Amino acid sequence: MAENVLKLIGIDSYIYLTILLFSVGILGVLFRRSMIVLLMSIEIMLNAVNLLLVVFSVYHQDSAGQVFVFFSMAVAAAEVAVGLSILVSIFRNAGSIDFATLRNLKG
Amino acid sequence: METSLVLILILSPFIGFLYNLFAGKKTREASGVIATLAVTVSFVISVYLFQQVYVSKTPIVVHLFDWISLERFTIGLDFLLDQLSLLWLLFVTGIGALIHLYSIGYMHDDEDKDRFFAYLNLFVGFMMMLVMGGNLLVTFIGWEGVGLCSYLLIGFWYKNQDYNDAAKKAFIMNRIGDLGFLIGMFTLAYIFGTLDYAHLKADFSLAPLTSPTVFAGLTLAGVCLFIGATGKSAQLPLYTWLPDAMAGPTPVSALIHAATMVTGGIFLVTRMGFLYNVIPDVQLLIAIVGAATALFAATIGLMQTDIKKVLAYSTVSQLGLMFLALGVGAYSAAVFHVVTHAFFKACLFLGAGSVIHGLGGNQDIRKMGGVKSVMFVTFVTFFIATLAISGIFPFAGFFSKDEILLSTFEHNKLLWAIGSLASIMTAFYMFRALFLTFFGKFRGTEQEKHHMHESPKTMTIPLIVLAILSTLGGLLGIPGYSWISEYLAPVLPGAPAEAHHLGALEYTLMGVALLGAIVGIAIAYFLYISKKNIPSADEEKEGFGKIIYNKFYVDELYNALIVKPVYALSSLFANVFEKVIAYIVDGVGSLTGYISTQARLIQDGSVGTYLVAFVVGLCAILTYLFIL
Repeated sequence: MAENVLKLIGIDSYIYLTILLFSVGILGVLFRRSMIVLLMSIEIMLNAVNLLLVVFSVYHQDSAGQVFVFFSMAVAAAEVAVGLSILVSIFRNAGSIDFATLRNLKG
Repeated sequence: METSLVLILILSPFIGFLYNLFAGKKTREASGVIATLAVTVSFVISVYLFQQVYVSKTPIVVHLFDWISLERFTIGLDFLLDQLSLLWLLFVTGIGALIHLYSIGYMHDDEDKDRFFAYLNLFVGFMMMLVMGGNLLVTFIGWEGVGLCSYLLIGFWYKNQDYNDAAKKAFIMNRIGDLGFLIGMFTLAYIFGTLDYAHLKADFSLAPLTSPTVFAGLTLAGVCLFIGATGKSAQLPLYTWLPDAMAGPTPVSALIHAATMVTGGIFLVTRMGFLYNVIPDVQLLIAIVGAATALFAATIGLMQTDIKKVLAYSTVSQLGLMFLALGVGAYSAAVFHVVTHAFFKACLFLGAGSVIHGLGGNQDIRKMGGVKSVMFVTFVTFFIATLAISGIFPFAGFFSKDEILLSTFEHNKLLWAIGSLASIMTAFYMFRALFLTFFGKFRGTEQEKHHMHESPKTMTIPLIVLAILSTLGGLLGIPGYSWISEYLAPVLPGAPAEAHHLGALEYTLMGVALLGAIVGIAIAYFLYISKKNIPSADEEKEGFGKIIYNKFYVDELYNALIVKPVYALSSLFANVFEKVIAYIVDGVGSLTGYISTQARLIQDGSVGTYLVAFVVGLCAILTYLFIL
């Protein structure tokens, strides 16, 4: 079954897809100002990488890649939880989640 | 047993020092007593060890531990108690104890006496280390330590800037000599690979010393060690610190700057006698320097009006005589004179201190006179010591000085003449000081006359003891049978010095020396008793007398030749080089500051900007790595 999927569509298409997804994530990070969207974009980038791992795992007939993905999904879930809680406390303190307004690091 | 005794011997003064340093303020009255006890303990142990070595004739060697251990080069913390160091120990601790006792009376009214006694104890400890050292390095520790104590005690009354300057002068002059000591030590370590006296001595008897490079190295070592000795023992050209060192309290002058520390140079040269015996050129140098110093200092002493300065120049002059003896290879005569000189010079200084104490601080002999009627004990002891230093039979100085002059006569007639002349001058200026101080009418103020009193018992007892020693000290080395040269024979280089055969020549020389001393005294008597001359005031002096009174302007000369150029150099460095360097360093600092101020603007604090920079940078790196 797995081989069929790869045969039907071809590995290069998957790679292009992940590059596209990753770029979408980066663009989201760079050009959106809301922190929620920022977090979502990071998730997209993460999942692009996960997808790539799965694809190569199938391609090489090696299940290790898929195991990695499970780990990284678990970590991502934890990361989102932490990220969101930071977000909440930023909102409470600054009254905004627009990170263009957070310029306390200015040297 | 012996190790622990030696440890107690050396540690006792150090414990006294620590006690007075930390607890002295609380038990003020006891500080002097404790310090005296600490030194007395050392004296008692010294006597015991002396007796032991005297009987067994084998030196006591104590090896505490390896201090510096390298491959084929080891220096241990060793003590060597042989005949030579025990003799030194005896008079260092003995006279030290007496002077501590004297100081209890002399420093009675001083508010810092605990500090005084602490330093004095420290000095005795270091002096013992100097003479007990089993190798050159341990001796050097003591050497530096006594220099430090000398500095601390000269500047004891630190509120007076002149005294501080005198202390610094003494320290710096000594440093010049110490550099010589160090270089000499390094040279010996380089040639022989050891600094141990015993090993060095053994190597000397084994090693072929004919090789020119080794000979040159030995000459260098000999000269450098002698430079060290000239610094510590105040010889030409490094003597100028000693007269200034009289700024310290009088017991200090007696102990450090007359009896013990300044004999350190003589001790060193005697210790290294086996080295000097193979380099006769350096021996000649020592003899010449000694004779020149003896004459030079005696000349200056003729015109001094400060009683302590007179004694200081006489110390320099006597030390010169001792070096003269060392230079002609008469080590036992030099050591003999060290011992008798320690007796009578300590007595003279303590007597002078007693007079100064009785007169409430006056040191100018022009303003003294007639003191004998009030201070009888001081007068008698001072008189005895003066007879001794002048070389009058049968006092101690006669025998030791005679021994030196006799040995010199055999080697070099010219040096003998110089030494004899210096001795005659000594007799003259010592009696000049005596007559002006104790005879005639009192020339000070009424108030001082009223204040004048005999010193307390703690001060007169040491005087009496020292006067007795000055009288009997000559028995150590009667011509014909010299106990001291026999005693020292095992540790002195070369064949044991034969007792001088007492022929007509020897008796003539003794007679000449005695006659010279009497002539010196007679001139002093004629000038200051019969004619009642009084040295003129400073500004009235003229001609040669003025030059002598101003010490041949040596201080001024050193000032112009060395101090001023050094100041000029340092101000050049301070005002030119330092400024340039400062500009460069400051420039680097402000440039960095400017650049970072500009660079700071990049950090606008917006996370977005950082992210853009991050992504662009990452892309650039990836591009560079994988595509280009």
